[in-house]
Amino acid sequence: MAQLILNHLTKDFGGGRPAVSDVSLTVREGGFLALLGPSGCGKTTVLRMIAGFEQPTDGTIDYGERRLSDASRALPPEKRNMAMVFQSYALWPHMTVAGNVGYPLKVRGISGESWRSRVGEALALVKLTDYAERRPAALSGGQRQRVALARCLVTSPDVVLLDEPLANLDQHLRKSMEETFRIFHERSGATMVYVTHDQSEAMALATDVAVMSEGRLVQLAPPAEIYARPEGAVVGGLIGRGSILRLPVADHAPRALAWPMLCEAIGSADDGPRRDVLVRPEHVRQDADGIALEVKACVYEGERFALTLALPDGQPLKAYGDTAIPVGQKADFKIASGWRL
Amino acid sequence: MRSRHRWLRFAIAGVPRPGRAKSGASPAGEPRWLVPFVLACLFLLCVLPLISLVKAGFAGLVSGNSIGVLTEPATYAAIRNTLVTATGGMLISLVIGALFAFAVALTDIRGKLTLSFAFMLPMMIPPQVTALAWVEMTGPASPLLKTLGLAPPLGSPQPLYSLSGIALLLGVQHAPLVFLALKAGLSASPRDGVEAARLSGALPFRVFLDIVAPLSAPGLIAGAAIAFVSGVGNFGIPAILGIPAGISVLPTLIYTRLASFGSGTFGEIALISSLIAAIAAAGLILQQRALSGKDYRIIGLSGANAAFSLGRFRVLVELALAAILFLVLVAPLAALIASSLVPAYGVPLNWQTVSLRAYEEILFRQTMTLSAFTNSLFLASTAALGLLVVAVPAAYLMNRRKGALSGTLCILIEIPYALPGIVLAVAFILTFAAPLPVLNVSLYGTIWIILIAYFSSFLAVSLKPVMGAFLQIDPSLEEAARLSGAGFIRRMRDVILPLVAPAAGASIILVFLIAANELTVSALLWSAGTQTLGVAIFNLDDSGSSDLASALSVLVVLMVIMLMAALEALANYLPEGVLPWRN
Repeated sequence: MAQLILNHLTKDFGGGRPAVSDVSLTVREGGFLALLGPSGCGKTTVLRMIAGFEQPTDGTIDYGERRLSDASRALPPEKRNMAMVFQSYALWPHMTVAGNVGYPLKVRGISGESWRSRVGEALALVKLTDYAERRPAALSGGQRQRVALARCLVTSPDVVLLDEPLANLDQHLRKSMEETFRIFHERSGATMVYVTHDQSEAMALATDVAVMSEGRLVQLAPPAEIYARPEGAVVGGLIGRGSILRLPVADHAPRALAWPMLCEAIGSADDGPRRDVLVRPEHVRQDADGIALEVKACVYEGERFALTLALPDGQPLKAYGDTAIPVGQKADFKIASGWRL
Repeated sequence: MRSRHRWLRFAIAGVPRPGRAKSGASPAGEPRWLVPFVLACLFLLCVLPLISLVKAGFAGLVSGNSIGVLTEPATYAAIRNTLVTATGGMLISLVIGALFAFAVALTDIRGKLTLSFAFMLPMMIPPQVTALAWVEMTGPASPLLKTLGLAPPLGSPQPLYSLSGIALLLGVQHAPLVFLALKAGLSASPRDGVEAARLSGALPFRVFLDIVAPLSAPGLIAGAAIAFVSGVGNFGIPAILGIPAGISVLPTLIYTRLASFGSGTFGEIALISSLIAAIAAAGLILQQRALSGKDYRIIGLSGANAAFSLGRFRVLVELALAAILFLVLVAPLAALIASSLVPAYGVPLNWQTVSLRAYEEILFRQTMTLSAFTNSLFLASTAALGLLVVAVPAAYLMNRRKGALSGTLCILIEIPYALPGIVLAVAFILTFAAPLPVLNVSLYGTIWIILIAYFSSFLAVSLKPVMGAFLQIDPSLEEAARLSGAGFIRRMRDVILPLVAPAAGASIILVFLIAANELTVSALLWSAGTQTLGVAIFNLDDSGSSDLASALSVLVVLMVIMLMAALEALANYLPEGVLPWRN
């Protein structure tokens, strides 16, 4: 086990802005890194460079002491001892489930009883023992996903890469597959890199979340920290639900803003410079001591009502409520805390 | 302009970057010999013959030996005849092909697969056989007409030995090309577009006029262009119908010039070939002009065909289509079979006269036909199998390497595909007429020159199914194999080849089917002992043994039908679009 280190990684496909530019990060031993970002932000390119399918135009990738890629040479993917779950699962349609799972072993020259027992173990872990002789075409989406995962398990790879593995599954299956991934991570101890555009997946699974935007790494932090203390408007807008308000806040003010300060800023008629302040909807509460805000929309979400409020100057603010409030009415709200981005 | 641009880009991108060589494998992951191997094959098959053709043409012009051919009245007559027959054939192809395409793609007639299969047959049957069958059907000596008592009196002219006869048969032969081009366009026509038009209140005829017809225009234009270009390059039909009547078109002019070999011959045939290439190119340019501004990208659901319900007219349409098929397919083939069963020229067929002597003759007695069988089977199977060695790596590179390399390969492959077969044959004569350098062996006059020319002619045929299969393979299937630790050869064997195998099988059968019947290329390249089946049929007919020619043709048609049936049996394992008669 060793650390996976990306150093000033850059990939330019030769059209305008580089797809990945100057990304440096270290995935700790046995860590679970989620690469999060909107589509086209370069996260899949980073993953493919780690796998060895793309060669960086600049920068390096190391695994422990071993240099995997730099601009002049690249260890071919077949020699990296990595495994990947593809978005399309990439199961070979002409092989059985056992054939798919056992292929990496076969390539390594393992056959006979030892092959059978290791394939059997991997299939048992993803609960597909009974499907060993089927073809992938005869499986459901979730089962295919589990075959792909078993194929990753079977050789105990150093690094497991996952490229939006849940994108093609329905909501219910996603939850159970997330659980499978977590168990898989605990058992294998492999370093995992997980690409997704779904922030709830990233938060639920990862030990670290890296947010990318336009080819650059914007922030790298554990999930709880990135939720509580996002850096910049991109991360603030991407992680969790929240409203970004433009408020007149002084430069020397603390990053975490409490109600008195927020109340003053919302009420002030100051024309001075304004800053982005992130307010989470769970921090906006109905309170008799608050200020009166007009309700612009009220949507029932099952466990609660999602409200859209308007500040006195018209800026929209998201909030949760326990009861419905008719649109157009005013109610008193208090903002428990905000975060200066 | 665009192609030149691609060439330039390739030259720059092809310069290897320093320092990259050391690691042994680039991330692209294919071994280093692959790109040079494919490029070398394509250069030999696609570029070299063209260079020889241009060189010989220039040499002929410069030396003045051959320049006379451009001013001879015979050449002008041939140009005129070529244009007249190709245009006439194109119009006939358009009418028949469009009728079938609209009926099969848009209406609710029954038996579409059978109709399509039968309609594709004229394309697969070699043109000299088509011509022979029609001659046997219509002439004063037709055993079929004699048996039915309809034959014109002996001595009356054969109506097909004329410009309109040639045009008619070119039209029949190439109608499937129009059918295919049009059907491809129609099957992509948007169902929701048609349904929206009907909801807007348009009656079916109005929908056809306002929605379907404009959308099918590109397919119609493309089909017309292919039919025209094929007509310009066709050798078998004008050879059988035109030579006896003294009507010469450009391809048969080359043939007769080559037969009366003289000092300026190479220059002359190079110049005549260039004329054919120029006419074909003019046709394609015209097509480009006609197509510009007609790029209707389909928005929304496509694929599901817009079915117009014909109601009580359905039976009428079905009958009309069956009648056409009877006329262009069944009747000529029946005439062909009839002539193969009569003992001598001009005898009517009945229970007393029927005889299998002709079959006995060609299968057991005539050494010429026996060696033709051996030659054609050898050439066709070697070309079919050997081409895979080029086609699979080329298709692999074109799919995996986007950009400059892929574009270059595409252009190279299109060169022999766009050239009429007769031009290609001339180019190969010019390339290999002189002894090979270093080895000092001449390929000219041997079977190997025919084989190389087949490789060049049928490369595109072989490539198409394989290319289709590669397009369907998700690249991640190979990437998953790489991450599993499989090197290039290993993942070719375990993953790629099993997945392209059905398409490769189809490509083998398709190439075999076309190569075994081919006449145009081998007519120019054969010599004693290397005649092919196509040449044998042509020579038998030329020497008056129409019964033997018919018997051989019947066997050829049987082989075509059997091979097509074999392809049909493979159909479920093939990528879409490989089998032309299927949707």
